[in-house]
Amino acid sequence: MNNSDLLISMQEKIDAMQDALVGMEARIAGLMEEAAATEQVAETASSGNMGLTLFVFALAIFLGVELITKVPSQLHTPLMSGSNAISGITIVGALVALQNVPADSPMVIILGTLAVITASVNVVGGYLVTDRMLGMFKSKKEG
Amino acid sequence: MQSFAYIIASILFIIGLKQLGSAATARRGNMISAVGMLLAVIATLAGSGFSWTWIIAGMLIGGAIGAIAAKKVEMTGMPEMVALFNGSGGIASLFVGWASQQNPGPGGLTTASEIPLFLAVLIGGVTFTGSLVAWAKLSEKIDGKPIQFKGQQIVNIAVLAAILICGVLFVMNSGGTWNPWLLLIVLLSFVFGIMVVIPIGGADMPVVIALLNSYSGLAACAAGFIISNTVLIVSGSLVGASGIILTGIMCKAMNRSLGNVLFSGFGSASSSGGTAVEGEAKPISADDTYYILEAASSVVFVPGYGMAVAQAQHAVKELAAQLEENGTEVSFAIHPVAGRMPGHMNVLLAEADVPYEQLVEPEDVNPNMPATDVAVVIGANDVVNPAARTDEASPLYGMPVINVDQAKTCIVLKRSLRPGYAGVENPLFFCENTRMLLGDAKASVQALVSQFKED
Repeated sequence: MNNSDLLISMQEKIDAMQDALVGMEARIAGLMEEAAATEQVAETASSGNMGLTLFVFALAIFLGVELITKVPSQLHTPLMSGSNAISGITIVGALVALQNVPADSPMVIILGTLAVITASVNVVGGYLVTDRMLGMFKSKKEG
Repeated sequence: MQSFAYIIASILFIIGLKQLGSAATARRGNMISAVGMLLAVIATLAGSGFSWTWIIAGMLIGGAIGAIAAKKVEMTGMPEMVALFNGSGGIASLFVGWASQQNPGPGGLTTASEIPLFLAVLIGGVTFTGSLVAWAKLSEKIDGKPIQFKGQQIVNIAVLAAILICGVLFVMNSGGTWNPWLLLIVLLSFVFGIMVVIPIGGADMPVVIALLNSYSGLAACAAGFIISNTVLIVSGSLVGASGIILTGIMCKAMNRSLGNVLFSGFGSASSSGGTAVEGEAKPISADDTYYILEAASSVVFVPGYGMAVAQAQHAVKELAAQLEENGTEVSFAIHPVAGRMPGHMNVLLAEADVPYEQLVEPEDVNPNMPATDVAVVIGANDVVNPAARTDEASPLYGMPVINVDQAKTCIVLKRSLRPGYAGVENPLFFCENTRMLLGDAKASVQALVSQFKED
């Protein structure tokens, strides 16, 4: 078998693996929906959902790995700043911290507000800068 | 209802991330993920009992800062900007953790929320100061060289041990307005963040930024465990995982393990070794360069951090356009770790309107290198160092490089004959077919462009 044959057969194998991965992703997305739905039930039932949150966590890590492995290097910067913007989701935690604040506790107000400010910087800045960057990526066809 | 909205938001994040992975859909992917974020925020605020004044004030202030920064930043300053946004997300998770200790909600604090609280504060704090140090190194507010001292590892281990002890003590006693253990954890995590980034050299910053990106996601994920919030856990761990993968890709592009990047202080004086290079570099004038380029039928540009520093991307694009008009085949070979951030060069060239089809990766360009007439190296150094292939004593040995030395002629644009950022000698400059065009990269390229225009 010469080199180019070897390359072609390797390419074919890689393609087959990629197809398998796409299938797995679809299944994981389905599982995640189920898991989240199950958790909704659990939440309404009672607390004690630690096991389920860990389950969701494990699936999400796995999904994240599957999603990113195939990204071409030219997109690394936007991918990084785009996923960085997603990590600003901690803003939800900041909002919850400012919910039902006990009377007479300036400490919660200060910490919560600081959390909202810094998370907003992350969210707004992250999405805008990613969009600005991606707006510059042009194909030859688009001129 | 809220959980349902959170599920939709998580799915939007997943679709968004997936679409960010391909050039044609990336921009839409980013928007989809932004819509997911908006949905998550609205769903959260659908509850009751919020301190609206502070929330609105915080969002307006933070949003304005973020928007202005995102609009103002130069594309060359993008690594610094990403580092700062990372740090901002990290400190936000730290504040969320701390605020939850003060306002734990109806159930109070349990071990199941105290442990993630500890982790959110720890990882958030490390991300914050680590990102600030990375930012300072990138913007050259402090020296980009690794800062190392004797017993550094021991100090780091001691700090980490102290943090873990404080963590245990905090879980045992988590109450109080000024909980001493929590305050100590905040302080020590700040110290630890500084300690882990200072020994890493400026050229390794792509790895560090990708890793800190991962941390900021994990911090958000920990914050999600405090309040048992699925959307935080899902999106935080997505970011955590993607950051780790990106870190792995960067390490692979440098042929080094993550442990090696984090602990070896690559590029410090002691580690720069390799066989001394003998010979004389041959300088070339802009006029002669013009004649070589004018006669070439294929030209490969290899940009590096020097192009970013000289802000030469627009001039380079203009030169490429002139060459194409002249019937020359032009491409840009981009090394994954060229610059100070993953994909840094791609962003700069995109800003200068270079279509992304012209940007090629090393493994695609290397096989054609011997048939290439001219390779033009603009401010790149370590990523084109042939010692990585040939000299086993070189610290770069084994790193995949762009084989510009195999081109028929190699023209290196460089400010001076100093070694590169990693402090390693580059035998490329002394090759038989290498010519050095010394001077500011932008001025040199502009001189070539005006030569073409006069023609």
